[in-house]
Amino acid sequence: MRNALPVLTVLLAIMAIWYAAVAPMNIRVALDQAQRGGAVLQPATALERQEVSVWSLMLRNPAQIKDAYAMERPRLPTPGQVAVELWNTTGDMALNGRAMSKRSLIYHGWITLQSTLWGFALGTTLGILGAVAIVYSRVVDMSLMPWAIISQTVPIVALAPMIIVVASQLGISDRTVPKAIISAYLCYFPVLVGMVKGLRSPAHAQLDLLKTYNASGFQAFLKLRLPASVPYLFTSLKVGIAAALVGTIVGELPTGAISGLGARILIGDQFGTPLAIWAALVAAAVLAGALVTLLDLAQRVTLKRMGMQA
Amino acid sequence: MSWLVFALIFWAGAWALNAWLANSAWRGTRAVRILVPVLFGVTLVVLWEGLVRGLGVSPVILPAPSDVAQTFAASTGILWEDFRQTVLKGALTGFAIGSTAAFVTAILIDRSAFLTRGLLPVGNFVAALPIVGIAPILVSWFGFDWQSKAAVVVVMVFFPILVNTVQGLRETDAMQRDLMRTYAAGYMQTLLKLRLPAAMPFIFNGLKIATTLALIGAIVAEYFGSPTRGMGFRISTGVGSLSIDLVWAEIIVAAIAGTAFYGIVVWIERAMTFWHPSQRR
Repeated sequence: MRNALPVLTVLLAIMAIWYAAVAPMNIRVALDQAQRGGAVLQPATALERQEVSVWSLMLRNPAQIKDAYAMERPRLPTPGQVAVELWNTTGDMALNGRAMSKRSLIYHGWITLQSTLWGFALGTTLGILGAVAIVYSRVVDMSLMPWAIISQTVPIVALAPMIIVVASQLGISDRTVPKAIISAYLCYFPVLVGMVKGLRSPAHAQLDLLKTYNASGFQAFLKLRLPASVPYLFTSLKVGIAAALVGTIVGELPTGAISGLGARILIGDQFGTPLAIWAALVAAAVLAGALVTLLDLAQRVTLKRMGMQA
Repeated sequence: MSWLVFALIFWAGAWALNAWLANSAWRGTRAVRILVPVLFGVTLVVLWEGLVRGLGVSPVILPAPSDVAQTFAASTGILWEDFRQTVLKGALTGFAIGSTAAFVTAILIDRSAFLTRGLLPVGNFVAALPIVGIAPILVSWFGFDWQSKAAVVVVMVFFPILVNTVQGLRETDAMQRDLMRTYAAGYMQTLLKLRLPAAMPFIFNGLKIATTLALIGAIVAEYFGSPTRGMGFRISTGVGSLSIDLVWAEIIVAAIAGTAFYGIVVWIERAMTFWHPSQRR
């Protein structure tokens, strides 16, 4: 809680910079529109204005600055405009009983969330299984681990359109599947690395103690290695769910998807409605924040029940 | 059918060899450490080739590695042009600007404990966001050429590096800083001789995360508009016109570029933080 004031200050500063940047970003287009509306400007034509910097444009046409803050298709919208657009496509529609309408961000967020959770489940399972195999088999460790690292240096976006084409050629028309595969690809690695670290975290003395109890390998796994890895697991799950969301949105962006937050960004780009892009971006940020916070909460509760955290 | 059988036999043989190598007396040697993963990779390629040929998979779905290699060799000119446009111009320029900006910002912020406490949580949060989504906005701001790709990369790499650098600068403990004070070291001396070296492992961690992000950003931005060259452009048009072997050749270029970029950063890290416990052998 003692961080609340500094965080608030930083957020306010970001808002202030954003708000101040709106005028210079939008002034040219605002002036063009004002000219079409019959206003007398300095310099008078768009061609002449090309030669002048945005700062002197703002100084010479102070009356039009306020137009820059209320444009329908701004290059940079104000935080307020984004908030209004976000409310119009979420809360307002929900209040009118149209939460699942195709224009509502709640519907698109739900589509994105589904793929993210499927990918997260798939990636986490693969990561945990891979970590167990790596910890218990030296061959797997030596042959798989370098490729796991290399797999993350390969830009997945290059593969994303391929995965979707292959999926559709194989007759999988549901877009959830290829998107989930992409997010699993981004999500498994942090889980794998964290679990390998966690499963190897028990000290030699502890493993030896279990041996003196005549515990089998499986018992040692269940009663020592697995519980010891839980803190590591949760830390990497938080990284993993954020990565899974990035993966889903990347999977929606370049592939002509029609539903999902990434698709909203794509459609906003194609139809020239920047406010829709910004609202979808904020919605994605809220979703990411909510997912990470939920896992953080689960981590606290679990670790407390296990007696690992005071 | 014989292709399939051969691939499976090769797989079993390579796995047995790997298992024997990994448990043999030479398992600690450098040669075996490299040979085992290489053999594993070769097995995957052979398995892919065998499956595609043995099952008669259509080249529109998945071309065989040998076809991809032929396309790769035949179109090195196009691939080199795309590599220059996307990696050298877009990703590397953005990476350089973004990491320099993040580094300078981190050092400035670090002077104020108040700002540091406020910025760390915000930066950590932003670093976890799907920032790729701003690609269309930046493409509309900076035009279709590589400048907009570099801008996307700048924004994507900024926060991971910023957060890691700020965290690294806080890594020294009070005892070490007190020692510097007893030496009558000023702010700059403490920064250069104690705090920056201590922060190096963290900074490199951020840089390593940023290498992959840089390539992702540069390629995604090309899906939203680019001149008629670039890896993202070639992949999206290649998928559209079903020249899948060229797409796979581009993917291989992307894979090599990503791995090499990461490898170079790791190599610089080894050279610069050779004193750190994690680098000692």
